[in-house]
Amino acid sequence: MPQPAGNVLDQFRLGDLDAFESLFRAHQRTVYGWILRIVRDPSAAEDLTVETFWRIHRAHQRFEPARPFEPWARRIATRAALDWLRARRPASELDESALADLASRPTGDPGIAAEIRLKTAQAFARLPPRLRVAAVLAVVEDQPHKEVAAALGISVSAVKLRVFRALRLLRKDLESQGIMP
Amino acid sequence: MNAHDEERIKKLLQQSLPPVLPGRESGPEPARDLWPAMLRRLDAEPAAAAGALRRNWFDWALLAGLVVFAASFPATIPVFLYYL
Repeated sequence: MPQPAGNVLDQFRLGDLDAFESLFRAHQRTVYGWILRIVRDPSAAEDLTVETFWRIHRAHQRFEPARPFEPWARRIATRAALDWLRARRPASELDESALADLASRPTGDPGIAAEIRLKTAQAFARLPPRLRVAAVLAVVEDQPHKEVAAALGISVSAVKLRVFRALRLLRKDLESQGIMP
Repeated sequence: MNAHDEERIKKLLQQSLPPVLPGRESGPEPARDLWPAMLRRLDAEPAAAAGALRRNWFDWALLAGLVVFAASFPATIPVFLYYL
């Protein structure tokens, strides 16, 4: 996505509402898509997009116009999505119908039974949010580790560690249910 | 967990949680225009900020009162510390 003109960013930093609207319209889709990848709930992603831009507006004085807007917005969006995941009870993260829908989708490997996919999705929903976010972005959405690290505000090696821990916990959970991945 | 196990569990996870709209370069988009909701949120913000300011003012007044009280009656300081 093209970065907005420097003038808009300067105006935004000064608290100009028109500049903020320009940024909102230019980036809402990207921010929404990023949040949706994390929370996997379109309605929640819409609310969190508004929450993210509200946080962006609140922090306008801290924005440095010399830096690109999008990574900054993505970092705030990731934090908002993480707060949302933390505030939710694990059992309600993905309700049964959503999980059943996920599990029933056609996949590339018909050898993996729908029940195993469902249990995997349920086990994944039980992981700690900070591990889940790293794993969903890096493994499921196949985002570059560097980008995930920037969004989470951690190093690339910390992302790899979180992904490794998430996969290990997921494996343990599945094994405790008699599923040998 | 070795590299082989890691790859297997990754594959299982990818099969269980498919990516959001894979292959679409433009990516997903919200079902509605979010700008009106954004404006409503911004309208609510000054009220929230004013509320915070009022709370802030009250906190500082309470603290100032406590400092004055402690300065006037220093013997009460250990009692306050005990109950903190």
